Amino acid sequence: MFATAVIVFREVLEAALIVGILAAATRSVPGRGRWLAGGLLAGLAGSVVVAAFTDMIAGMASGIGQELFNAGILVLAVLMLAWHNVWMSSHGKALAGEARSVGRAIEAGSQGSSVLLVVVGLAVLREGSETALFLYGVSASGGEGAAAMLLGGAVGLLAGSAVGYALYAGLLRVPLRWFFGATGLLVLLLAAGMAAQAAHFMIQADVLPSLAAPLWDTSSLLPENSVPGMLLHGLAGYDPRPAGMQVVFYVLTLVTIATGMKWAGHSIKKGKVPY
Amino acid sequence: MKFKPSFSFCCSAAAAFAVSLGAMFFSAAATAADNEYRLIIQDHRFQPAELVVPAGKKIRLAVENRDATPEEFESHDLNREKVIAGKSAASIFIGPLAPGRYRFYGEFNEKTAQGVIVAQ
Repeated sequence: MFATAVIVFREVLEAALIVGILAAATRSVPGRGRWLAGGLLAGLAGSVVVAAFTDMIAGMASGIGQELFNAGILVLAVLMLAWHNVWMSSHGKALAGEARSVGRAIEAGSQGSSVLLVVVGLAVLREGSETALFLYGVSASGGEGAAAMLLGGAVGLLAGSAVGYALYAGLLRVPLRWFFGATGLLVLLLAAGMAAQAAHFMIQADVLPSLAAPLWDTSSLLPENSVPGMLLHGLAGYDPRPAGMQVVFYVLTLVTIATGMKWAGHSIKKGKVPY
Repeated sequence: MKFKPSFSFCCSAAAAFAVSLGAMFFSAAATAADNEYRLIIQDHRFQPAELVVPAGKKIRLAVENRDATPEEFESHDLNREKVIAGKSAASIFIGPLAPGRYRFYGEFNEKTAQGVIVAQ
């Protein structure tokens, strides 16, 4: 029971942190609840399908299908997060209270944030498929009773969701004038972490060189399976033993998106964005 | 000049990124490791539980899961994780490794599925 709860918690936590941040970032989007629920449901349905076809996916591209699939999903999510952040930088001021009308702010917010709901689906898809496989394995091997498995799964799911919700509730308490800055920064770190993870999968598949692995080792200082390690991994892509290529991806993504945000925000300061 | 990142801007940026990523894929010229080592998962255990490999070389682990249930090969020491479906095989590339002991385990059956790779 306990082992099941821990594993489900670990998988759920990663998705829950992402959903928590994105739910906060889309607070001004009308009908956001429905979009979020749609993203969650689509992700869950997709994860069952992915779990069922694990063999087939793994067998594609001569045995590295699973890595390419994961890397592909991550890169797609990074692109959407990047677009969201750059977009928000050019419209964030308006959303933060200078909008001529509430209606305009809502309309602007929905355009910039609708992509985030796709990211919710992708995050749930990735973590959900592993959880589905694990639970299937537990139930098929009959090591634990069905009741114990369900209970463990439920405890893990609730605990993981609770952390995600706490993050969401905490973010909503951030004063509006810092709110978009805060969510923007969190989304930026999420994107960089995901890019590094994509690199990790491509190194594992041997389609990218590792460039020194590991570049450093902080596993004794802050282990990956400790609670702070897990939180930092989920929020900012913390990896105690990163390969050089992962760091390259992380920094490049961070710099590229931050530059895009600055550039987009700059044209506002000069009064170039017509409202 | 007004700056208004449109969806098409996003798409072209995405395309540019995808192209550069693709270029990296091919320039990386996957160096196929001829060093192949076999690991078998049976009854939620790894065989051999201790695998000796040469240090300083890239290695391909060919993991065969003979159980009917899926397993996740996981190693914090090696920084690797991969799900292996029941009754199937998968490749995991590791290394080049510094000499030492690297623990790995099956995340879905952590109690029994334990092993170590010794690089020397």
